[in-house]
Amino acid sequence: MFAEFLQYLFSGLTSGAIYALAGLGFAIIYNSSHVINFAQGEFIMIGGMATATMVAAGLPLPLAAVLAVVATMAVGVALEKFAVEPARGADVTAIVIITIGASIFLRGAAQVLWDKEFHALPAFSGDTPLRLAGATLMPQSLWVVGAAVVVIALLWWFFNRTLFGKAMLATSHNRLAAQLMGIPVRSVLVVAFALSAMLGAVGGIVVTPITFTNYEAGIMLGLKGFSAAVLGGLGSGAGAIVGGLLVGVAEALASGYLSSAYKDAIAFVIILFVLFFMPSGLFGKKGTDRV
Amino acid sequence: MLLEISDLSSHYGRILALKGIDLRIEQGELVALVGANGAGKTTLLRCLSGVQPLSGGAIRFDGADISRMSAEGRVAAGIAQVPEGRQVFGPLSVEDNLRLGAYRRRGKGVAADMERMYALFPILRDKRHLPAGTLSGGQQQMLAIARALMGAPRLLLLDEPSMGLAPLLVAEIFQTVQDLKRQGTTIFLVEQNATAALAIADRGYVLETGAVVMEGTGAELLADDKVQAAYLGL
Ligand SMILES: Nc1ncnc2c1ncn2[C@@H]1O[C@H](COP(=O)(O)OP(=O)(O)O)[C@@H](O)[C@H]1O
Ligand SMILES: [Mg+2]
Repeated sequence: MFAEFLQYLFSGLTSGAIYALAGLGFAIIYNSSHVINFAQGEFIMIGGMATATMVAAGLPLPLAAVLAVVATMAVGVALEKFAVEPARGADVTAIVIITIGASIFLRGAAQVLWDKEFHALPAFSGDTPLRLAGATLMPQSLWVVGAAVVVIALLWWFFNRTLFGKAMLATSHNRLAAQLMGIPVRSVLVVAFALSAMLGAVGGIVVTPITFTNYEAGIMLGLKGFSAAVLGGLGSGAGAIVGGLLVGVAEALASGYLSSAYKDAIAFVIILFVLFFMPSGLFGKKGTDRV
Repeated sequence: MLLEISDLSSHYGRILALKGIDLRIEQGELVALVGANGAGKTTLLRCLSGVQPLSGGAIRFDGADISRMSAEGRVAAGIAQVPEGRQVFGPLSVEDNLRLGAYRRRGKGVAADMERMYALFPILRDKRHLPAGTLSGGQQQMLAIARALMGAPRLLLLDEPSMGLAPLLVAEIFQTVQDLKRQGTTIFLVEQNATAALAIADRGYVLETGAVVMEGTGAELLADDKVQAAYLGL
């Protein structure tokens, strides 16, 4: 009984960690530009696919993972430079539609570059399950959660301890004032896309041994990351993390206790529920700043 | 001459907001720009800071044409602005706001200047770890001024620093402006509070619907009948 619950919880926290990373990716770009980047899921896909391909070609996993993260960040920067930047000054809705177009393009490109098959990665440290209070835990789950914790800690350090990170926060709060301080606000957006791509890629790499990946794996993961960001309150970092874990656990419980048919529906139910009943999410800004 | 604006014009879409502005500021001067709400004062400062495009004319700073220079470039060149409505970074701490004012600077001077700002505005030292958004209006204005000074500017642009403040605080802010001038900072002060601004200014300009209609020393403008009637409520 409890073992069963624990089993669902492990599985939910594992996928929740991936959604949290994706949700943070949405939050960072949203904060820098008020754009919702619907190509966030494709970053996850590219990270996993690129690593799987390089490992299959004989590269050691750590090297393949680093190269895949760098490659995904390059895609993120290119997306900003060639799709978002030229539309600067257009309405936010138009830019959101551009990111939807970009996500379709990236899926198409992945299908051409790779194929439609599923690609796998071996688990990073074996497949021997750990036993815990009657439930089993795959070592790869620990990799997923551990990677998420490390990346989130690094991100926290970047935004709270480095001058450029603070400049990014300042820009998202008041772009004009940031410009008047000499902060290069255009580079801020480029870095936001690079960081979001990095978050997606890391998630994609650590989850691929569990779920496998193919050219359209980013659709669902992206949508769930989006529901995590919306649930947490768009633009809130802590919200995206909590939101991601809640979405992951909710869908694991729903598919465990009800039917696995409900798994993917949960994320949509959460998006609709939040949009109707609590549009600012769990951690969203309620009031405005004192002027 | 530190700043020389010649025949400057600027548009918002098809609306001409500034037409043929000529204005100059010498090293060490305190120059006031007064005019009614909507005259174009903020627009002129935005043009100087590079966040509003010119549609004609030129801006020379220290002899170099900066009309096409980026906003970052102008801050690095030494033009800092305290924007209208203060615009502090609310969620960031007071100290981070100050540190970001020195974004373009590298090196040791920054920490020493931070100490100077705390000496100038002791309340900021007491509140340095608090989010800037929690400060009162007057404290936010002090922070906005200190943040701009952290850029070690050669020209300080102030956009209505007295706006929305209680009379006692207004006096304090104007005192600070005078102190800064005495210490050698070149200041371009934009105000609707024309009496107070002209009283401390070396020279002043009067802006009306996007054009300079009068200029003179602070005292001359204060004594002028038309200025008195239009801006001083006398
Ligand atoms: N962002 C804007 N878009 C369109 N018109 C503007 C904008 N900002 C200011 N204006 C117009 O430009 C004129 C000058 O405004 P502004 O420079 O803010 O005046 P001031 O600072 O002297 O009150 C006003 O008529 C104002 O309505
Ligand atoms: Mg104004």
